[in-house]
Amino acid sequence: MSNTLPNRVANSTPPALARRVKGLSDRAIAWIFVAPTIFLLLAINIFPLLWTIRLSLTNYRANQPNRPLAWVGLDNYRQVLSDPDIWNTMQVTAHFLIWTIVLQVLIGFSLAWLINRKFKGNDLWTTIIVLPMMLSPAVVGNFWTFFYQPQIGIFNYVVGFFTGADTSSFTMIGSVDLAPWSIVIVDTWMWTPFVMLICLAGLRSIPNYIYEAAAVDRASPWRQFWTITIPMVLPFLMLAVLFRGIENFKMFDLVVQLTGGGPGSITELTSINLKREAFEKWRTGYASAYAIILFVTVFGLASIYVKALNRVKQR
Amino acid sequence: MSSYSITEPSARQKWFAGTLVILYALITITPLLWIIATGFKSSADSISYPPKVFFQPKLEGYVNLFTTRTRATTEQLATLPPPKTWYEQVARDNAMVISGPSRYGERFLNSVIIGFGSTFLSIVLGTLAAYAFSRFKVPLKDDLLFFILSTRMMPPIAVAIPIFLMFRALGLSDTHLGMILLYTAVNISLAVWLIHGFMDEIPREYEEAALIDGYTRFQAFYKVVLPQAATGIASTAIFCLIFAWNEYAFAVLLTSGTAQTAPPFIPTIIGVGGKDWPAVAAGATLFLLPVMVFTILLRKHLLRGITFGAVRK
Repeated sequence: MSNTLPNRVANSTPPALARRVKGLSDRAIAWIFVAPTIFLLLAINIFPLLWTIRLSLTNYRANQPNRPLAWVGLDNYRQVLSDPDIWNTMQVTAHFLIWTIVLQVLIGFSLAWLINRKFKGNDLWTTIIVLPMMLSPAVVGNFWTFFYQPQIGIFNYVVGFFTGADTSSFTMIGSVDLAPWSIVIVDTWMWTPFVMLICLAGLRSIPNYIYEAAAVDRASPWRQFWTITIPMVLPFLMLAVLFRGIENFKMFDLVVQLTGGGPGSITELTSINLKREAFEKWRTGYASAYAIILFVTVFGLASIYVKALNRVKQR
Repeated sequence: MSSYSITEPSARQKWFAGTLVILYALITITPLLWIIATGFKSSADSISYPPKVFFQPKLEGYVNLFTTRTRATTEQLATLPPPKTWYEQVARDNAMVISGPSRYGERFLNSVIIGFGSTFLSIVLGTLAAYAFSRFKVPLKDDLLFFILSTRMMPPIAVAIPIFLMFRALGLSDTHLGMILLYTAVNISLAVWLIHGFMDEIPREYEEAALIDGYTRFQAFYKVVLPQAATGIASTAIFCLIFAWNEYAFAVLLTSGTAQTAPPFIPTIIGVGGKDWPAVAAGATLFLLPVMVFTILLRKHLLRGITFGAVRK
């Protein structure tokens, strides 16, 4: 009898078990364990969010705390949405988002596919490729301004070496045409490994017998690629795009160090623009409305996307 | 006949794939190697044209990183007593006199204190919460986990506005405590979510056997579950540490003096008369190397950490 008891208890995992056990009740422990985390999140996440909503309805300026506070209703929201600068910023962000995602998906997937050929030493090289993504974007971004220097920069030198262009004839960061690409290049360099890793996990999750069956049926490698590999990696790829999309929508550190939004406002992404409104012009109420609009946008887009992702997964 | 698989790539395919991947790896690592190399160049070598791959290694960058200096003329130098230390000698060779230490050491120390402090706190709180999520029926559990993730969707600048005001009101701006609490709040979502995943993989039977043996719930937690989850918790800790280590947006907005970490500081390093790239490179190298080492140690857990456990492998 005593022999079988633990087994029986283990198999049925009764929720009432712990009540018979000495010490604190499960409910008390659950409460004690979760409470500090909830408290911290309420204090540093939820409360500030509510405060932002409140501020967005006022004309508050953080640099003049003693100025009389006036409620302005939805005026700030109206102003944000009708501001041409913000639409310019959104376009800059869209350009950055689309191109970084396209490049990272193409390069990242190709790399993952090549690594999955399982050549000797692929582990070592994968680890090396992953390095840039783990480093501080601000510190690395700052250093890229050195690589992009017209005369002495190594980037310009390499481009000049292969194309024959004069290394001081072009400037990546200073020129209106090239600056948007300068941030796309660095972001792609930094984050392609992220997409690569997720694609690699996707490729490795495909069981070998599917390919074996396809080979027995004499499906060409090309056909196998499009009917087995791509559909099976797609959920992983979509997840990678979701993560990169969210991350790059809120991109700040890398680009602010690289171009600071310049020249003019050619590379002024939403986060940089928001920082300027909130911490340079000190239009706190206006910036709060702006922040809420951004949050709702990301949240809405991400929710729609996750629904689509789940549909792909279920197929 | 030896074992033959129709799905195994051919030798030629492997060779071709290997060459391309290695080529990419070499290109992608070049900027990092260039940063490390620049730290050992003299100012003249660092900005020479064409860029120098081979050069006489110098410690000028590192000396400049840790000191503040003033320029001196040859006559002034001649009147000074001979240098007592090697780093003074390095400075004299470049017609400089060391006038004191720089702030890099302090900033680096701030990064260490805030990084480790917030990691410790997020891991302790995160482990407790993760255990409760994993083992008990917490009401609204699924919503809570989604909420925890969604806090990461907000641009840091947007969050920084009310935090800035809150910290100012509470006297937490530019303090270590304030930054530790803030980074803990940001990291705890990652910690709870990841550790929760690791704990779900530990069979409940172990604990329940311990409970039958007369352990209390709490004893079962720290004598049975914690040792089992140790590897997962350790890798989560490194992820939290790397995040806090690399964070820039909050640091640049909420700290200016006492609690400023290295990322906002390193780009502001300037030399006497112009940007001192070897010193910036030296600062960056010291700051980036620990993360590179951790990345190599972490490589098996990397995917799980960076995708919030969405991809487990």
